[in-house]
Amino acid sequence: MKDNQQKGMSLIVKTITRLTVGLILLYGIYIVLHGHLTPGGGFAGGVIIALSFIHLMLAYGKETALKKLFQTLTSVLESMGAVMFLTIAVLGFLGGYFFLNFFLNKGRSFELFSAGIIPLCNIAISLKVGAGLFAIFVALVLFRSLGEKK
Amino acid sequence: MELQLLLLFMVLAAIVAVEIDDLLSSVIAVGAVGLGLSLAFLILKAPDLAITQLVVEILCLIILIRATIKKDLPLIRNGRWLFNTISTLLFIVFFLIFAYFALKELPRFGVPLMRVAQEYIQNGMQKTGATNLVASIILDFRGYDTLGEATVLFTAVMGVLAVMRKIGRLKNER
Repeated sequence: MKDNQQKGMSLIVKTITRLTVGLILLYGIYIVLHGHLTPGGGFAGGVIIALSFIHLMLAYGKETALKKLFQTLTSVLESMGAVMFLTIAVLGFLGGYFFLNFFLNKGRSFELFSAGIIPLCNIAISLKVGAGLFAIFVALVLFRSLGEKK
Repeated sequence: MELQLLLLFMVLAAIVAVEIDDLLSSVIAVGAVGLGLSLAFLILKAPDLAITQLVVEILCLIILIRATIKKDLPLIRNGRWLFNTISTLLFIVFFLIFAYFALKELPRFGVPLMRVAQEYIQNGMQKTGATNLVASIILDFRGYDTLGEATVLFTAVMGVLAVMRKIGRLKNER
């Protein structure tokens, strides 16, 4: 416990972070899932999701954040988002052309499950953007040049 | 009126960001420019862009402060200031001359042409079922562009991870 308190910022920051980080993650997920109904969308929501992990990392030090989401997992998630987006695009060829909005007429407008492939694309983009930006942040923070002491 | 005030604020913050000595204060001034841009998008009734701009600005500030400023950055101060000033002024003059001729051809502010966009606005909701028209354009009508943008981001992440990797450095130490 004692050396856990040594890392990261002070106790006040840690307490506030513990209260707010879940809400930030939840808000990011809300922005992603309601991207076809309200302002927002995959890109903004993905960045908010990445910011919640960055928040955790700034307050608690890098070990706690990387325990929740490792560095290799971020690469896997990012590639998975990209492949998912491309798969949705290519699946349009079943009906005729690239980016065809298949299963369009299932569900009414103004509801969560509507608008065909748009929510799926939002989820794919949010995975890609969130994991990718968090990976960039982790790589830049953990990077040490050759002359620096370990 | 609010828009002009915001633009003035952004220009002032940008001048502060260039001219101030302290690097941390300069980064914070850049953040002020981004906040002003986000508010400007909100005044121009583009909430999607406002959310994205605000969030990306916060991320860039955090990356700049946490990951870049702590490393030592060489600050080039004195040097060819005469050459730099003259070339900057020349660039600004040329830019203004070309902008005068180019911007005359644009439609007036607030009166867009709307040839293709009219179709999207009128029939977008029936065709895609999405009530957020921006989402229906970027992910359905213009999905190919979004694929290109996603590829750009993917390439950027791969590049950063390849340059900042650990394995090559460890081999070099042995």
